Amino acid sequence: MTFQVRIHGRGGQGAVTAAEMLSVAAFVEGRCAQAFPSFGSERTGAPVESFCRISDRTIRSREPVMEPDALIVLDVTLIHQVDLFAGLAEDAFVLINTTRTLEELGLSELRGHGVPDRVRTCPATELAIAELGRPFPNAALLGGFAAQTEQVSLASVAEAVRLRFAEPVAGQNVRAAERAYQAVAHAGRELVGAPPD
Amino acid sequence: MQEGSSSVLRQIEGSKAVAETVARCRPEVVCAYPISPQTHIIEAVGAMVRSGELAPCEFINVESEFAAMSVAIGASATGARAYTATSSQGLLFMMEAVYNAAGLGLPIVMTLANRAIGAPINIWNDHSDAMAARDAGWVQLFAETNQEAADLHVLAFRLAEELSVPVMVCMDGFILTHAVEAVDVPSQDEVDRYLPPFEPRQVLDPAAPVSIGAMVGPDAFEEVRVLAYLRQLDVLARIPELAAEFARAFGRPSGGLVSTYRTDDADLVIVALGSVLGTIKDAADARRDAGERVGVVGITSFRPFPSDAVRDALARARTVVVVEKAFSIGFGGVVSTDVAMATRDTGNSLHTVVAGLGGRPITQRALEQVISDAGGGRLGRLSFLDLDERVVERERARMMLDRRSGPTAENVLRDLGTIRVEPRGASR
Repeated sequence: MTFQVRIHGRGGQGAVTAAEMLSVAAFVEGRCAQAFPSFGSERTGAPVESFCRISDRTIRSREPVMEPDALIVLDVTLIHQVDLFAGLAEDAFVLINTTRTLEELGLSELRGHGVPDRVRTCPATELAIAELGRPFPNAALLGGFAAQTEQVSLASVAEAVRLRFAEPVAGQNVRAAERAYQAVAHAGRELVGAPPD
Repeated sequence: MQEGSSSVLRQIEGSKAVAETVARCRPEVVCAYPISPQTHIIEAVGAMVRSGELAPCEFINVESEFAAMSVAIGASATGARAYTATSSQGLLFMMEAVYNAAGLGLPIVMTLANRAIGAPINIWNDHSDAMAARDAGWVQLFAETNQEAADLHVLAFRLAEELSVPVMVCMDGFILTHAVEAVDVPSQDEVDRYLPPFEPRQVLDPAAPVSIGAMVGPDAFEEVRVLAYLRQLDVLARIPELAAEFARAFGRPSGGLVSTYRTDDADLVIVALGSVLGTIKDAADARRDAGERVGVVGITSFRPFPSDAVRDALARARTVVVVEKAFSIGFGGVVSTDVAMATRDTGNSLHTVVAGLGGRPITQRALEQVISDAGGGRLGRLSFLDLDERVVERERARMMLDRRSGPTAENVLRDLGTIRVEPRGASR
């Protein structure tokens, strides 16, 4: 079974790097992974898509991810510009970088989308600004993704970040990812009503 | 240069894997002009030259692709191992020198990060560029994965220098060059054992002067060309041996003339080149699960064309579908023509499906439909995957109605809503 991720962002936010780091996180866990961008003419601010496949078997497909098992949205303003939710499976995970609620974003219907607790928000840009001093939400969102989907561990995300960046940027991104992991894991317990441990 | 006798599997971008592999082949001159999607390869090689990781090597910044190939020719003629890379329009711009490199028998290795050719301008992947250079006299090897793209470069230098022919390693632009996946980049020791130092057959040496590139008249031109043809036949014989030796030395198969997948009992076989073979194999497996006997043949060496190997691989197939990322406008399939010639005595039913032009995704779903249509006798001789016929018909109708219907590409984009400019004559 191949787990397919589609990442939406804008040029300069690190959507391509996010897919690459996610594939590395899966790779260090001994799994097969493939990451690739949406092959556009990259420009700062333009909508960018990137993809990641994770599997226990060799990945042969080269088609873009059209029916993602998980969707990561780096920039919520894309809602008005691209069809973010195209091909989304009923039980797909959705992780949106925002400080607002789904209701405030006009996305309350996502709550009823398949398995409701699979939709999460995460203040990744704010976490990145707090830790890096710069608004690059990608590593933080991978921390949130790890908490939400359990496809990769937080430790593997941290390892992938350290393989991609030098210090001190690596450590800052790892801390942002850890905080996002906690935020998403905690929000999950609230949503499904499980008692805090 | 990284140490170590054994290589390690790494999650790495295809361009980076190719650049590191090329560096371990110890090129002495690298000259290139940047063009998408080749850029990451040449940036990475350049960085290794500057850092001293690749040494001795001269990285020559040139003003164009024509200069890049010309410098490669000059370097190779003096006995230096020469490497360059390009894509699309860049290949066309260097084309005169591309023919010269082959005509002179200079063993240059070039990566071609496959990309469509304009107009209309398009930076995405298809095989138009490789097909435009099909008859230049270069060996053309197509990579299915980034592992194979890396490995083929090692084999390419060995093959090129043994037989004094230039070799082009074709890898799908963006789809492979920009994909991050696990690659076992050949280690320095492994490459050194497989690839001996360059011993040129001809060399410009002040101590023993010769001229290379004489004018040849009608009295000898045909013979020179036939000698080049015979050398390509030598390449056909040598590739399987070098691929077998590669498999023994590196512990994995890479290269060869053709690859086959589930063809033994296949009634229907799909033929293709490059990275799309992966998606095609997934589609074939899915149709097998539905009871259809489907196989896949990949052509790794497109030039020289391995007619006998292709014929053997397709001998039992009743239906052959060639899925090609190129299109001879005014005829149809390019690869199909060669496949038809190779299999003309097998009595198969041969179909061309043009797919993936200008980077259009080739999906498993569409490929399964092709297999299903071919098996059910519903596939034509020439068809176009996922073609939007309404767009075509609308522009055809516009051309019928209005003599000054305007530029086709812009009209089509306007119909699709990609650009929002009032059509000319809209106020009429």
